[in-house]
Order: sequence, then C-alpha cells, then structure tokens
Amino acid sequence: MNTPIKDHATASGEFNKDEDYVNWHDETLWFVRSKRDKAVFQIPEWEQLREAGSQIKNHGLSNMHDLLVQFEEKATQNGIKVHWAADGKEHNEIVLSILKKQGVTRMVKSKSMLTEECHLNDFLKEKGIEVIDSDLGERIVQMRNEPPSHIVLPAIHLKKADVGETFHIHLGTEKGATDPQYLTEAARQHLRDTFLTRKVALTGVNFAIAETGGFVVCTNEGNADMGTHLADVHIASMGFEKIIPKAEHLSVFLRLLARSATGQPITTFSSHFHKPREGQEMHIILVDNGRTTQLGRPDFRNSLKCIRCAACMNTCPVYRRSGGFSYHSAVAGPIGSILAPNLDMAKNADLPFASTLCGSCSNVCPVKIDIHDQLYKWRQVLVQDGHVSKVKAVGINSMATVLNSPKFFRTAGKLGRFFMKNAPFLVNNSMNPWYNQREMPEPPKKSFRDWYIREKGL
Amino acid sequence: MSSREKILSLIKQNQPEYKELTVQFKFDTVYENNFEKFAEILSFVGGKAIAVNSYEEIKADIQAHYKGVTNIASTVKELADLADFSLNVSDPHELETLNLAIIEGEFGVAENGAIWVSEKQLPHRVLPMITQYLVIIIKKSEIVTNMHRAYERVKVDETGFGTFISGPSKTADIEQSLVIGAHGARGLTVYVIQ
Repeated sequence: MNTPIKDHATASGEFNKDEDYVNWHDETLWFVRSKRDKAVFQIPEWEQLREAGSQIKNHGLSNMHDLLVQFEEKATQNGIKVHWAADGKEHNEIVLSILKKQGVTRMVKSKSMLTEECHLNDFLKEKGIEVIDSDLGERIVQMRNEPPSHIVLPAIHLKKADVGETFHIHLGTEKGATDPQYLTEAARQHLRDTFLTRKVALTGVNFAIAETGGFVVCTNEGNADMGTHLADVHIASMGFEKIIPKAEHLSVFLRLLARSATGQPITTFSSHFHKPREGQEMHIILVDNGRTTQLGRPDFRNSLKCIRCAACMNTCPVYRRSGGFSYHSAVAGPIGSILAPNLDMAKNADLPFASTLCGSCSNVCPVKIDIHDQLYKWRQVLVQDGHVSKVKAVGINSMATVLNSPKFFRTAGKLGRFFMKNAPFLVNNSMNPWYNQREMPEPPKKSFRDWYIREKGL
Repeated sequence: MSSREKILSLIKQNQPEYKELTVQFKFDTVYENNFEKFAEILSFVGGKAIAVNSYEEIKADIQAHYKGVTNIASTVKELADLADFSLNVSDPHELETLNLAIIEGEFGVAENGAIWVSEKQLPHRVLPMITQYLVIIIKKSEIVTNMHRAYERVKVDETGFGTFISGPSKTADIEQSLVIGAHGARGLTVYVIQ
C-alpha cells in the first residue's frame, strides 16, 4: 500500500461523487444500527449493563500490570506459550518464527483487526508465506486486494454484483451471479479445503481472562473454530487491553458485544480456549504497539476499553457517508479516529476532524467510551502541536475572533443572511466547500436574538 | 531489556491509579417460561427447538428428518444405533465427511438461545463445526435465564475448550443478506427433553 494517502475530507469527497451509492451505504449501515436498537431494547437493564462493562474495563486498566502477569502465569500453566511484542514488527516476526519452526508456508487466519494494524499479511507475503483470511467478508476484500472497510463487516462497502464478479475471477463462479446463498456456498467449499489443509491457524482474541489464563473468540461463521481445531498450531494475537479480570465478567461482555455489533443476542460461537488440543501447540502474542503510550494519556486512555463492536461506526453520520477507506487506518470510524492519532499524530491528524461531534457514538458505545469528547480533545492537541493545515488554523482563528465579539457576531450574521438572500451565488458556488454535495439552507429572516427580543423583550 | 519487561514497566508507570470494582454486574432476568423463550430466540437465530418426552421421540424425529442420510455420528448412547460413523478417530480431519452429529449440551440460555458444550461433551473440538448438520440435546430443567446465570454454572477452564453455540453458522457479509451455513453446521436442531 504505497499509494499516497488522501486525507479524510478528500477521500470522502470522492466517495460522495456517486450519490446513489452513498445513499445505499448510509442506509445499509443504518439498518445495522436499527437492528442494534431492537436487540438493546430487549434488555431493561441495558444502561446498567453498559455501566458494568465500563467499570470492569476501568478497573482492568487500573490493574493492567498485575492482570497481565496473572494471565501469563495461568496461561503458561495451561500449556500455552505466551509471547510479548513491543510493536507490530515484533509481532510479525514472532508469527514468522512460529511458521518457520513448523516448516510451513501457508496459514489460515480468522478475523483479527490487530493483524491489520500490524500489516501482518503484507509482511508474511514478502517472506513468501501465503495467508488466507477465512472470515467471508475478509476473504472477499482480500481477493480484491483491499483492506476491510469496517471492523465487523469487512465488505460492507461492496454490492452483491461486486462480490459476484470477484468470485467469478477467483473462485470460478458463474459470471453475473449475485445470489448471496450461491456465492456463500462457493466460499464455503473453497475455504473448507483451506481449513483442512493448513497446519497453522491464527485468530484474534475478543477477551482474555486473567483469572484462568484462557481467551474467548467470537464468530458467527465458525471460521475461527474450523481453522484452529484442525491445525497443529494455534496462534492468538491480542492487544494487551483485551484482558478482563474474571470469567464471570464475560457474562457482561457477551451480553453487550453482539447486540451492539449486529443486533444479535450473541454470536453463533463464543469459543473459550484454555489448553491446546492434545498434540497441538498454542501461542498467545500480547502486543503493545502504542497501547502503553495511550494508557499514559489521561484524556485518551479509556479508548483502550473498546471491545470492537463497531456500533459507533454504524451510527456515525460521517462514517456512513464517507466509507471506511476514507479513514486510511485499520480501525475506521469514530473509535478509529481516537485510536489512530496515538499511533501517528502527523499521519492521522485529519481523523479527529472527521466528525460532527454529535455524540451518537458515545451514546451507543457498550463500554461508555467518551468518544466524541476525545475527538474534540484530540483536535486541541493536534492544533497545539502544529499538525493542522494553515487553512484550517486561519479558519479556526477567524471563527474565534467572530465568536469572541457579540457585536461582530451580530453584524456577520446580518451580512450573511443578506447575501444568502440577495446574492446566493456568493455562497452557492464551488469556492464554498459547504456547498459541495448539498444545497445551502434558506436563510432565516431574522436571527434568534432578534426574534427573542421581539417576543420576550430584552 | 526484553519486550516483556519493557511493556510491563511502561504499563506500571502509565496505568491510572488503582480503581476498586464495586459496580453491580450481575442482573436477574425473569421469563414466564424459560423453554419458550429459549425456543423463540433459537428460532430467531436460525435454529429450531423441539420439546420431547423421550429419546424414542428424538430417534423417530431424526429418522423422519434425515431419511437416507449417512455419515451420522452420535455421542449420545441412547441414540447410538442412529450412528454409522465412528468418532473413535485420532485425526479430526477424518470428520470431514460427517453429515450429522448428535451431541449433548450441558445447558441452554433462554435470553440468547445459546448452549454450552465443552470437551466434556465433545470427543473432538471441531465436531459441532465440521459436521454439515448438528443436533444438540439438552434437558428442559437445564435452561438458565441469562448469561450471568450461565457463568455461575460454567467453570471455563474445567476442560481445555468450551463454547456457547447459538444457532447454525451464518454470515451476512454479502450485502447484509443472511445466509445460514457459512463454515460450520448448516442447520441446528435442539431437542429439549423433559
């Protein structure tokens, strides 16, 4: 991926050129958000459950050191080999060394956003290792040489016809086929062969339990299970923040996760791994890759509570209308926009601005991360550290001048209304970025202040 | 310094002040009838729950539904004569041709239609996923209301592997269209025995 990265606004502009497509994308994600609402309304104690999820994670972050030490000890007792990786590179090297020791050049992998973050597939490809992603959505985008555009629904940006064409090229399905049943069946056959022939399987981790030294992997397709139970070696990769103190806390998170993600009461499989199968090897790689830094930022550390449900993405008016790729980061959407600047401020300085700060993300977050507050706070940090373009800085400064002077504000408002009414071409032109892809609103006849004085007096 | 030491020392240095966990995190759910709720949710997630009084009934139902099907394995001794496929294999890859697996579940969860199965019930971890169709048998008295009650029953590390199974394997990765039978079983029938 050496193509120059476009900033979020530019990439969104391109995404928005096809109005029908944007509307379809928007509605598809809103449909998922609506399913989430239905599932959530089934649980009267939902808000308390969110609070519980949030507090367990807060507690976990405050005791992270001891929990990890406990986890390592228990997992080791269980016969799992625990590795520590300071960054993505070290993580990838560990995976490679395990593959080399096995003498294999092929691996099957179920969904793991961490490996996307570490660019594991690209790294292994360079070393001559073939990786097949087994989640259907991930397999589709992998065939197309694309990254996932969404952390739960990797191919949400594609239409049936796109998938049909991709499968026609790579799996030899009929040209023009669009029936999801038929296409899924083709992928099932293709991937079954993969599961049966790979000796090493890598999975992500949804939750790791300090108390028992095991971990939980959730899928609907059963792909993580098919891969690992048939492989000689299971590698599980996790950011260290996935740790939770006790097994009983899983009850909270498994109630929250799938309902928030897709509106299901639980995923089809919630698999608990504690020991390798007889004759099997099991490895866990605990990855830092910037997480310790984030843990040290009081304003941003609670982004590490994230359980990767993507509810914030599905609800976000900006994500729905700009698509996952416009975020140029493994994790897109609101949560991605508060995680990415921690990894690289200069490269991701645009992302905290890819938001209306409407707060919907914080309201749906199952572990109560204050996402929109953090987006706002990142903006302060990025401007102070000089990561924001001159144009934006000038704009913000002149805005500050206007908003600081009530008199200036009133005059500016009056002028604005006058010109929008009498000379609309002054604002309705391509020089005004607000005019792109939208009509400017009717100017109100008078300001709120004028109305208030007339109705209520001063 | 190794990465382990480096990461742990950075965590120690950067983690916030210790915060006790005092919040309530277990909740009660009350259903008029746990079985009915379980059956309703299981049907919502693409499975089917059937209440039965005896293993004879289960046998008759399976024979009617899977007429002519071969490669059937059973871990349930009462239904052993339905099986023509031995699970006594050392390599799980040999289960690849399995059409129907009949297993027992430890208990069900009404709120999400999930059933806990572990290595106590599974001679091979891959059994409930690799089979084309899956039948699970649970006792009617063994349906708990919600996940909090479920984890009070489960000792997650009692065996090396355990899983909650809720419905047949599925995907909606192609334009949000639900397709049953992604990689795991294409169908799940749960017999709930009195």
